[in-house]
Amino acid sequence: MFKVRVIPCLDVKDGRVVKGVNFVDLRDAGDPVEAAVAYDAAGADELCFLDITASHENRDTIFDVVTRTAEACFMPLTVGGGVRTVDDIRKLLTCGADKVSINTAAVTRRAFVKEAAEKFGDQCIVVAIDAKKVSKDDEAPRWEIFTHGGRNPTGLDAIAYAREVVSLGAGEILLTSMDRDGTKSGFDIALTRAVADAVPVPVIASGGVGNLDHMVAGIRDGHATAVLAASIFHFGEYSVRQAKEFMAKAGLPMRLDP
Amino acid sequence: MSVAIVDYGSGNLHSAAKAFERAARESGHDQPILVTSKPDDVAKADRVVLPGVGAYADCKRGLESVPGMIDALEDTVRKKGRPFFGICVGMQLMADRGLEYQVTPGLGWIAGEVDKITPSDQSLKIPHMGWNTLDLKTMHPLLDEIPLGPDGLHAYFVHSYAFKPARKEDLVAQADYGGPLTAIVGRDNIVGTQFHPEKSQKLGLRLIANFLKWMP
Repeated sequence: MFKVRVIPCLDVKDGRVVKGVNFVDLRDAGDPVEAAVAYDAAGADELCFLDITASHENRDTIFDVVTRTAEACFMPLTVGGGVRTVDDIRKLLTCGADKVSINTAAVTRRAFVKEAAEKFGDQCIVVAIDAKKVSKDDEAPRWEIFTHGGRNPTGLDAIAYAREVVSLGAGEILLTSMDRDGTKSGFDIALTRAVADAVPVPVIASGGVGNLDHMVAGIRDGHATAVLAASIFHFGEYSVRQAKEFMAKAGLPMRLDP
Repeated sequence: MSVAIVDYGSGNLHSAAKAFERAARESGHDQPILVTSKPDDVAKADRVVLPGVGAYADCKRGLESVPGMIDALEDTVRKKGRPFFGICVGMQLMADRGLEYQVTPGLGWIAGEVDKITPSDQSLKIPHMGWNTLDLKTMHPLLDEIPLGPDGLHAYFVHSYAFKPARKEDLVAQADYGGPLTAIVGRDNIVGTQFHPEKSQKLGLRLIANFLKWMP
């Protein structure tokens, strides 16, 4: 039986985890590889690294992190952040990433999604969509794509954009609600459901997880096939295993391998 | 003793090589793991692994573009009978043909076709991306000591096309995704998994270790 995925996401800057991971047994909470190994042991179904390295000179640090992670963890790894060229993708895949997540580069040049999917296959091209609600409360809901951490509006409708990138070859959508990100008030369920129901590919719900009920709602009500979370795992509020057991009790199909 | 992982420009050989190295070390069947694009290395290897990620036609072209590689595979695997392991598209390439975007002839080692997944439940997403359990169809040494069935271990799948073997005795295991999907095929000294053992944690490492000691 097919299972719902729980995906911890680590922000990595200059090869180090930002906002260190708070696990008691880590020798170095800032080392992404150690965090990855801990999440692997805790039963994470996939791992996501978001590279937020600002300077061009330090971009190679992520390749080293991915290489070392692939040597230590035998689980699927998605890497996003600054993926702009076919060469960026090739390098990440060669180091051991299984999927790459494309965000701004897909907004600014849609053909890049097609080039990437034709070159490497749909299955490894994730398009990350950052969406924010732009309709008023008494209007039909409408979400727009924003770039640069939610600062720059693009005028693009989130649902139409999701359909478009999937038609170009995106094999998965990583959908983040900019309204909910960091609020711990739960996913934007209406947004998640609207996008998940609009595209034939898997949708990962992201942005706003504050408790385990939120994760259940993302799948059950939002129709996502995977949930991504950062802080509730990093700060040790819940373990990945706890989250998965909770979701299983709520009736969702989960992988609970020993 | 050596294992050749065939490099023909497809996919992530680093993870595969590392998983084979780990499994070799931990299982006590330690042997050199060689990632190679040289037909000579394949000819000399005791075991051969063919990975593959991406579109069928692309992978086939990649394999054909390495001069002498297909001949080396035919000779080493088919004539000499060395154990062979295909992973994902590397497994699909053993079919007669692939129907992804265009009709592409495969290696024709295991009769059948590779066709689009069409789950009976319309709400199921394509690609089949994530973890699934395995249902045994035909016993195989690769599955030694691996818990199977609905309460068994999980394997990691990412694919939109699946192998449909013509002979049911070539079907080793299936996964359920709105209907059965081929997860493992095998015949004589050749075996292949649709899922990625190098990304399937415990199940994957165990299966690789089983391959390394397999004496077909």
